[in-house]
Amino acid sequence: MLYGPAPASPAETAGSVPARAVAPVVIFLAFALVPLAAAVAAETYLLSLFTRVMIFAIAALALDLVVGYGALVSFGHAAFVGLGAYAVGILAAHGINEVLVSLPVALAVAAAFAFVTGIVCLRTKGVYFIMITLAFGQMAYFTASSLAPYGGDDGLTIRLRNTLLGLDVLRNERAFYYVAFTCLLGAYLLCRALVASRFGRVFRGARENPTRMEAIGFEVYRYQLAGYVISGALGGLSGFLLANATEFVSPAYMSWQRSGELIIMVIFGGLGTLYGAIIGTAAFLLVEEWLSGLTEHWKVIFGPLLVLVVVFARGGLIGVAERLTRRLRRD
Amino acid sequence: MTEPVLRLDALRKNFGGLVVTDHVTFDVAPGELHAIIGPNGAGKTTLINQISGLLAPDAGRVVFAGRDITALPMHTRAQLGLARSFQITSILPAFSALENVALAVQARTGSSFRFFGRAAREEALNEPAMAALAAVGLADRGDVAAGQLSHGEKRALELAIALAMEPRLLLLDEPMAGTGHEEAERLVAVLRRLKGRFPMVLVEHDMTAVFALADRISVLIYGRIIASGAPDAVRSDPQVIAAYLGDEME
Amino acid sequence: MSTALLLVQTLNGLQLGVLLFLIAAGLTLVFGVMDFINLAHGVQYMLGAYLAVTFYAMTDSFFLALTLALAAALVVGLVLEFVVFRHLYDRDHLDHVIATFGIIIFLNQGVKLVWGAAPLSLPIPDALAGSVVLMPGLLYPVWRLVIIGSGLVVALLLYCLVSYTRVGMLVRAGATNAPMVSALGVDIRRLFMIVFGFGAMLAAFAGVMIAPILSVEPGMGDTILILAFVVIVIGGIGSIRGAFVAALLIGLVDTLGRSFAVDILRLVMAPSPARTVGPAIASMLIYLLMAVVLYVRPTGLFPAKGR
Repeated sequence: MLYGPAPASPAETAGSVPARAVAPVVIFLAFALVPLAAAVAAETYLLSLFTRVMIFAIAALALDLVVGYGALVSFGHAAFVGLGAYAVGILAAHGINEVLVSLPVALAVAAAFAFVTGIVCLRTKGVYFIMITLAFGQMAYFTASSLAPYGGDDGLTIRLRNTLLGLDVLRNERAFYYVAFTCLLGAYLLCRALVASRFGRVFRGARENPTRMEAIGFEVYRYQLAGYVISGALGGLSGFLLANATEFVSPAYMSWQRSGELIIMVIFGGLGTLYGAIIGTAAFLLVEEWLSGLTEHWKVIFGPLLVLVVVFARGGLIGVAERLTRRLRRD
Repeated sequence: MTEPVLRLDALRKNFGGLVVTDHVTFDVAPGELHAIIGPNGAGKTTLINQISGLLAPDAGRVVFAGRDITALPMHTRAQLGLARSFQITSILPAFSALENVALAVQARTGSSFRFFGRAAREEALNEPAMAALAAVGLADRGDVAAGQLSHGEKRALELAIALAMEPRLLLLDEPMAGTGHEEAERLVAVLRRLKGRFPMVLVEHDMTAVFALADRISVLIYGRIIASGAPDAVRSDPQVIAAYLGDEME
Repeated sequence: MSTALLLVQTLNGLQLGVLLFLIAAGLTLVFGVMDFINLAHGVQYMLGAYLAVTFYAMTDSFFLALTLALAAALVVGLVLEFVVFRHLYDRDHLDHVIATFGIIIFLNQGVKLVWGAAPLSLPIPDALAGSVVLMPGLLYPVWRLVIIGSGLVVALLLYCLVSYTRVGMLVRAGATNAPMVSALGVDIRRLFMIVFGFGAMLAAFAGVMIAPILSVEPGMGDTILILAFVVIVIGGIGSIRGAFVAALLIGLVDTLGRSFAVDILRLVMAPSPARTVGPAIASMLIYLLMAVVLYVRPTGLFPAKGR
């Protein structure tokens, strides 16, 4: 089965290990302790590395929402991240650095793009959906590349991170880390609630059997559009944080390769589990970081690694972990 | 004469050169159980698909409770009270049986654009769902994943989902397809209990069930209704016997 | 906007279209017959170019290099099919995307390892270098005409193969309903291999033919891959005819769009904004086209499965 286990089904939680409840707690605890570890080990790059992980994890969560729970494989999700980032960048270029302006704008732009493109995309299914989301991602990419006043292909540097009501809360690396952490936690809890809600149930039902859902009276299109917009907005949040973290925006944030990487991050961890998206992002970026330290040609190893994971590790890292624990429990 | 709950006016459907629905005119009176029988390939499921909205007819009208629904999409028809079960089981296998039915309850009660609150724990949805499950004899199987139910139980679940919609008309497409003798008998008993509560269109091959339940029978051969009337009249109609019942009733 | 410029750009558009067709043909067949999304098709195009460069260095003959490159590309394609793709046919499209994405990463880096990151070039054979006079004052490179010509010949060959041979008929049947073909007793594995190998060769051929004009560098397959996917989506998956029509359409729209977007926009707006907006719209044109086509026909213009 491609998708991770369905959440909150009484049939499945009865008797099974509460691993699925424990895992997210462990993950967030680990993230919360990273700054401590970084201080003890005196490795400042750890902080920025894990900040990056959390930022992309938010985008991966957004993607898991539509891919894992909605079976809508979006190959253009990097566009939402990029749009959020560009919102910050463009506003900064005009002297507007206030979080209370940049953040809502980032979310609104991403959500609006999701709404408009979703209207068209959701009329298609399967591979056509994949292609048309890719097309819209490319459109966003080329638009950004041609914005000469905002850097065009070379990108745009942001001189200062956003301030909150004049206070420089994001300047400090550790403070920024915890801001990102809060955003990730909030995004995770939001998605968790969403998936278990009335809306989430319809969304998940539409993934399993859209005809059945229509037959009982649900207009599947509307629910998918709503889910797509929420997912887009979360992507925008990720972009807002990314622009602030790197103090730079570039069309590369929206490339189809980035969209592909986001899909990989979600699959790596395990589709349809939410915390799998976080694990997958961490695994992807940490392996990438480690391998690139080993050799200049690390991609030669990374590529086949991806292939092997797909071919052999069904259900991602979580799937592998669950199969292992099941076998250990049997012995 | 009271207004029929459902009326089909000269419905026509072709697939390329093949005529699948040939000027079908058909009606269902309030409270009646109207069965449609006919050999495989007669176009029974296609007819049900056109009534429920899964397929659009090439010509003709579908009138439901006095309203022309021919152009309406399937989900709108469901909202108006048109419920159907599928010949090839169409449920949500990863959801529990209870959740399958609760979703049908959810569709007609209140807004589903609620983003918070655990839907699975809502008593307002689960209670009617349990009642529907009990009506078909699945009360103790609510927590089982629908995909793990036996074939007969899945067929009963299809019925429960349709019931939970509190329909004004029930379209049943071969509910006994593939079930063993015992389960078929159980389903017949359930349907007999439901008779009169709402009008039903029953498409079936199981002749025992059809003759035990139907108030009226229409016979569909090659997309065309060749006979329609009380069960005894249809049973002894020479045309029907020649075309269809001859083999079945031996 | 002179007639000469229009003619040149139309020919350029045809050349791009023909190139896209060569790549899209293999892609649409693999997708249509095997239901397999092969993102790695672009690297097969790239490999064709790199192999030709090496074989040229060894043999000093373009045509020998071309032949050897095609043979080598066929081998590589078959190896890929055997080692990786074969295990993925019954998997979800998502798995295909990830696995072939991994192969792109691997091979893009691999060519850097073997050939270095600097762009390489392949010279045009002397007999076909130079330009020909199309109109008074208008010279057009012979090689580009050769590309158009050879592409059309291959298209014709493909059409004959698919329409008039037994294998072609099986391919068409497979594109419409592969499980049925298998159920009828045809060795579907061998059919897949033939389709895949042929597609790989077509892509490699395109790579070799375009190498003298573009530079051969890592990642050259990535952009053209996206364009090829746009082609097969617009044309309809599994349809050679659809790929041909869509490829030419896109080649022309993209090339003419880029050349004349600014001029056309200047008719409705001031020159300065036209010069900023123009290139942006030009690069988006084909995606807009795809969005419009999919909105009107959600399964493309000539889908093989005739939904």
